[in-house]
Amino acid sequence: MGAAILPILFFTSLWAAVGIAGPIFTPRGPNQKLIKCLLVLTATCCWLFWLCCYLAQMNPFIGPKLTRSAIYIISKSWNNPLKEG
Amino acid sequence: MGSLFRSEEMALCQLFLQSEAAYACVSELGELGLVQFRDLNPDVNAFQRKFVNEVRRCDEMERKLRYLEKEIKKDGIPMLDTGESPEAPQPREMIDLEATFEKLENELREVNQNAEALKRNFLELTELKHILRKTQVFFDESVPAVYKSSTSHSSNKYRRYLQMADNQNEDEQAQLLGEEGVRASQPGQNLKLGFVAGVISREKLPAFERMLWRACRGNVFLRQAMIESPLEDPTNGDQVYKSVFIIFFQGDQLKTRVKKICEGFRATLYPCPEAPADRREMAMGVMTRIEDLNTVLGQTQDHRHRVLVAAAKNLKNWFVKVRKIKAIYHTLNLFNLDVTQKCLIAECWVPLLDIETIQLALRRGTERSGSSVPPILNRMQTFENPPTYNRTNKFTKAFQALIDAYGVASYREMNPAPYTIITFPFLFAVMFGDIGHGAIMALFGLWMIRKEKGLAAQKTDNEIWNIFFGGRYIIFLMGVFSMYTGLIYNDIFSKSLNIFGSHWHVSYNKSTVWNNKMLQLSPATSDYEGTPYPFGMDPIWQVATSNKIVFQNAYKMKISIIFGVLHMIFGVVMSWHNHTYFRNRLSLIYEFIPQLVFLLLLFFYMVLLMFIKWNRYAATNKMPYTESCAPSILITFIDMVLFNTPKTPAQGCEVYMFWGQHFIQVVFVLIALGCIPVMLLGKPIKIMQARKLANVQPITGADAEVGGMSNGGGGGGHGGAGHHDEEEMSEIFIHQGIHTIEYVLGSVSHTASYLRLWALSLAHAQLAEVLWTMVLSIGLNKEGWYGGVFVTVVFAFWAILTVGILVLMEGLSAFLHTLRLHWVEFQSKFYLGQGYAFQPFSFDSIIENGGSASGDAE
Repeated sequence: MGAAILPILFFTSLWAAVGIAGPIFTPRGPNQKLIKCLLVLTATCCWLFWLCCYLAQMNPFIGPKLTRSAIYIISKSWNNPLKEG
Repeated sequence: MGSLFRSEEMALCQLFLQSEAAYACVSELGELGLVQFRDLNPDVNAFQRKFVNEVRRCDEMERKLRYLEKEIKKDGIPMLDTGESPEAPQPREMIDLEATFEKLENELREVNQNAEALKRNFLELTELKHILRKTQVFFDESVPAVYKSSTSHSSNKYRRYLQMADNQNEDEQAQLLGEEGVRASQPGQNLKLGFVAGVISREKLPAFERMLWRACRGNVFLRQAMIESPLEDPTNGDQVYKSVFIIFFQGDQLKTRVKKICEGFRATLYPCPEAPADRREMAMGVMTRIEDLNTVLGQTQDHRHRVLVAAAKNLKNWFVKVRKIKAIYHTLNLFNLDVTQKCLIAECWVPLLDIETIQLALRRGTERSGSSVPPILNRMQTFENPPTYNRTNKFTKAFQALIDAYGVASYREMNPAPYTIITFPFLFAVMFGDIGHGAIMALFGLWMIRKEKGLAAQKTDNEIWNIFFGGRYIIFLMGVFSMYTGLIYNDIFSKSLNIFGSHWHVSYNKSTVWNNKMLQLSPATSDYEGTPYPFGMDPIWQVATSNKIVFQNAYKMKISIIFGVLHMIFGVVMSWHNHTYFRNRLSLIYEFIPQLVFLLLLFFYMVLLMFIKWNRYAATNKMPYTESCAPSILITFIDMVLFNTPKTPAQGCEVYMFWGQHFIQVVFVLIALGCIPVMLLGKPIKIMQARKLANVQPITGADAEVGGMSNGGGGGGHGGAGHHDEEEMSEIFIHQGIHTIEYVLGSVSHTASYLRLWALSLAHAQLAEVLWTMVLSIGLNKEGWYGGVFVTVVFAFWAILTVGILVLMEGLSAFLHTLRLHWVEFQSKFYLGQGYAFQPFSFDSIIENGGSASGDAE
């Protein structure tokens, strides 16, 4: 159980691009400071939100409880055929 | 350019204007909108001010313009509104404007009076025409009634009879009186029937009849007929339904009585000739006169229309000009005339960065007025509290308004608005998280933004629309963030998106599935892939309707606390910026540091515990880190604070998550508890010591610490700017005590208060699910062509409920809760909010407010 490295790397670098590289490349103007602040805040909030959801599902304590019809539909449409027997 | 992070620096300036140039300079400053004038004559009556006559003249002009506007609106003529704002005219032009308005008003009044007189005339003629027609009917009706009594139906006889009726009016009365009446009149008594004819409004008719009957003891005879078409009342243009009546009576006494009653009921009487031939002549005369009158009326209306159309072109322009003139004179009334009577002195607040612009404007004004003496703008030193000015653009204006609604920031303290631009929509989105509803909101906001010029030009009075339009950027951002959180919650109209493939798989075989109504997947087996769904919530949870909430509750409660604690820490850190700016060393050491330490050691530690629990415990681990051993963070926290011994855990499990946790917890709680007396007593004791020192050595070298006594709510002036009022020591202790209790108890209650993020998102998700199960899924169940019709109806119903309940109602609710979180939980950590807003003298704002009666700057 644990975290896969690829999603973590991808999303962290995505929000780092917004929150760290973004402020470096904001155009000069009267609102430059404000735009930098907004970018940093957005990146922080969104990254943290994604991270919490990822960490919460990393080591789940319970599994989903499915009805019979739900299992049947899943086996058909999510390419998850039931074992014989 | 100033920034939004703090309010602008303001300076109190004195302005010396030459009397001739004053008008033009104030006009320029009004166009600029950067100066707030103070009233230098506060104790002078409004009627004793210098320019009261000019203001009166402006009022008079406005009255005339309003009269014109009313007349134009009555005729439904559209008024041209180019949206551009003409400059305030020179004082000498004011006389021209006055003359123009006077002329227009007089002309219009004259035309109206004429029209009214003509209409009255027209009304009388029309009523006369109806009377003549109807009375003919009355007299005609009496003929067949008598005729019926005779038996022969010869048409000759009938024609002869009519001739007789025409030529002998006495016979008519004889016919009306009937046989008995004729016999009764034989003895030579003059029992000739008199009659009056007139018109009365239909509503009064029954009462009229009754009154006649009672007053004349039934000795009068009333016939009436309704006039089918309504007649126009000349004074107010209403359409009134009237009836024609004719009253027959005998004798003069009854005549006077009848006439009096008619007067009382406002029935108009008309002279109706007795002979039918005369009546016909009169009718024709009346018709010709009506034709003539119609033409004259038409021409009068045309003339009036032309006058109004010509006025309508310029009306908006004139309104703006007059309002500007009035505003300038109101402002000039605030000025002081100096001793030499040559120049006017004004005091005003100006933003420091704009002094150049203002001086340019003043120079322009002096040039325009042709004066030689340049105006002088002098900066003054003052201890007064300057107004708070935040320079906003159309985007930041709405967020600043949200903050100002709670309280305008104190002068130069940290402005929460720039952070609110992101945290507000984000916290809203945590409560609202749904891709579909977020998309609806974002599209609505986007439409308003794209069409903002057009929509802003149509000035409506609809409050609700104005509120929505004013917050279009907020709505747009809320929608966009909601789409993001919806992606993470994996919720679009209560369904999930399966983009990356679920990381949970069913490994039961067919017979197990066949024999069990419900089956649970286990994270310890290969049911769970081992790594989580890469972006957001796994789509299988939406399918697992029975225990989705259990899993999501644990998740959402934790993130609510995480974001709540981080938001509050952010707030406390803002207070550090305030203390350093105002050089408030005492507050920095004895308030900020213990507050931060308290918050970090208790609540941020709890957040860290959450992350540790997420990391350490897993179903596939060995004891004691298996999922059944995971301790409840809430219980851990409570035991920590109350120094309880934790309950003995189950077999194989441990109480603590990591080595040294007990020791660390004890240390943290002790330090945090130790912070409380520091917060409570640190600053007051230091102040007491400083005062004792100042008393012993009476050197009034303003100690920075003494000067910086901005305790528990005092407004922040510049640090070290001299002494404030010496507050009593007991007051200071009390203030500090209140502040400390508020903070300590508040930290617990505010942390719990952030759980509303969980509560509202749960409610939203469940409402969406109810709409799906109870409404839309039923619609999708039916097959065939009638299923198509049915699903269309059901979809309409579902859409209305979605927009009305989920987007509007839940949106409003989440907006309110987010606002509360910002105003109370976030801002109470650092915000004083005791300033007053900067209200510059600006023509734009005056004209937007429709030129209120006192268009003055304050």
